[in-house]
Amino acid sequence: MSIDATEFLQASVRTATPLALAAYGELVAERAGVINLGVEGAMIAGAFGALVGAGVGGVTGGFTVAVLAGALTAAVMVFVVLWLRADAVIAGTAITMLALGLTGTLYRALYGAQGAALSVPTLSPVAIPGISELPLIGRALFEHPVVTYALYAMAAALGWWFSRTHGGLALRAVGEHPEAAQAAGISPARVRAMALLFAGAMGGLAGGVLVLAHVGTFAEGMTAGRGFIAIAIVVLGRWSTLGVAGAALLFGAASQLQYVFQSLGWDVPYQLFLALPYLLTLLVLAGTQRRARAPAALGAPVS
Amino acid sequence: MSGLSGTRRLGAAGPVMETRWLIAVGTMVVMVGVVTLALWSGGFHVGRAAAALWNGAFGSPYAVLSATMVRATPLLFVGLAVGVAFRAGVLNIGAEGQLLAGAAAAVAVGLSVDGLPRLVALPLVLAAGTCAGAAWAGVAGWLKLRFGVLEVISTLMMNFVAMYLVSWLVRGPLQEPTGIYPQTVELGAAVRLPALVVGHRVHLGLVLAVGLAVAAWWVLTRTAAGFRVRAVGAGPTAARSAGRIDPARTTTMVFAVSGALAGLGGASEATGVTYALYEGLSPGYGYSAIAVALLARLHPLAIVGTAVLFGALEAGAAAMQRDAMVPSVLAAVIEALVVLGVLAFDRARTRGAGR
Repeated sequence: MSIDATEFLQASVRTATPLALAAYGELVAERAGVINLGVEGAMIAGAFGALVGAGVGGVTGGFTVAVLAGALTAAVMVFVVLWLRADAVIAGTAITMLALGLTGTLYRALYGAQGAALSVPTLSPVAIPGISELPLIGRALFEHPVVTYALYAMAAALGWWFSRTHGGLALRAVGEHPEAAQAAGISPARVRAMALLFAGAMGGLAGGVLVLAHVGTFAEGMTAGRGFIAIAIVVLGRWSTLGVAGAALLFGAASQLQYVFQSLGWDVPYQLFLALPYLLTLLVLAGTQRRARAPAALGAPVS
Repeated sequence: MSGLSGTRRLGAAGPVMETRWLIAVGTMVVMVGVVTLALWSGGFHVGRAAAALWNGAFGSPYAVLSATMVRATPLLFVGLAVGVAFRAGVLNIGAEGQLLAGAAAAVAVGLSVDGLPRLVALPLVLAAGTCAGAAWAGVAGWLKLRFGVLEVISTLMMNFVAMYLVSWLVRGPLQEPTGIYPQTVELGAAVRLPALVVGHRVHLGLVLAVGLAVAAWWVLTRTAAGFRVRAVGAGPTAARSAGRIDPARTTTMVFAVSGALAGLGGASEATGVTYALYEGLSPGYGYSAIAVALLARLHPLAIVGTAVLFGALEAGAAAMQRDAMVPSVLAAVIEALVVLGVLAFDRARTRGAGR
């Protein structure tokens, strides 16, 4: 059986889209010096928000509520970590547990009685005239739902923002040396609050993509660890905008590889491909941690 | 990279018993209020739900001895694992993976020692689980000391690796011979933990876990090794100035002990409850462990109490779903709220103390 390289790439980009969206949110939080383990929680909240919103206002309503729901989980994180000054790791874990449990409870309470699977309107792929005709990469990169194009734009904007704007500089300063940033008149707490809210909104958007562009319905725990993969992607991408894009694509491709191997008739356990992102991240961490460009204040007490 | 002031505050401040219980009780009261409000607004019958929760957890000998205590056992093992790690400032959030590794090793060995007498086979199986858990956590410990990898990331990644490893084992090399179900064959009688009360599901693992809680308390408070753990938890600088303490050595030991406790918990679950390996073996005990340990303020003896409390919560939640149609995932919500509540109360306390 033959494998269509274009189709493989297209599926990889499709899988990578929600991962990259969440990872860019996480990147901003981590560059500000906060490990945000609440990203999985923001994603599931976004997925559930998408279901609720789509019932009222279609795809647009779905995405709006998804982003708001993700930001809401981040608001809890801001309150507990920045205002109460609790440990970010424990708080993030708790927020993920809370969001997973709460969405499950609400889903069963609100929709459980109906029994039938709910389906919501979904985005269909839009081919960009001209460039989608390019050989190999044309359809792979330019025949996707509009959120994927929004992701491309956001990645480029974020790269520019980090390196070329005062806001980006302030954010990085807070992540590298909060005391110096404070001395320069920047409020680390305010910068981190904004960063966390952005991360939550992006996580929510990523959850919305799962429902409104991929599956077309909600299921309990449907994020299935994708939020944690986003954290791995940031590490693997070594905290750079371009690196995150590459890592997300790699993870997307890794999860598609199992189908390639299946179609080739090679008997490789599919769990290997599912575990691959995590193993790869551990390897990269071990290989590069000494030289890695992790924000210096990451893992330090957050203030 | 140390920066674990949150846990340091939680662990090493050494609050008197009174404050500890006040915080625990205060947290529970607030949580009950929040959950009652949520149930009421969700249109559920609050009284019926509460009755189902109580009956499912404590309402009958069956509820206590075959539900609550059975669930409390793994929670006690992993709660201790997390508590010991957090005491030393090691943020091990990988108890779930270590528990799965322990369960997998225990079942793998348990299936191959068929025929040996129980007194030989059972300790061998439990030891296998313990070692596997220690090794699983040891990877994170080694990555931290050798390469400076944050254990938060590595233990989390290892959870997923363990999950997929189990998934592969029960569909591959360890799958039952017909190849229909994704699980192993059942363990033989010689490698099953005996029941504590005839006719009930509570098993010897509970006694083992309680014994370990007492041992952990004794080691932490009465021995030089325990002093070193607490000193390292208070910060590497404090540890060095407290005497010739090598933080790296102590940290390595803590990773291993924490993983061993979680691994033994997995072995206990496999040999005492499930008698086989399958994917849903743990409904997230390793994550609940964080709530168990934090509510107990990382005190090993208090962890016995909080493990029973959360065991009761999970047993009761199952009954609540059955009898009052309240989704049992509500238990996860309560656990998360407990963690957030403890964090908030802790802050209020340290603020009140003039920090």
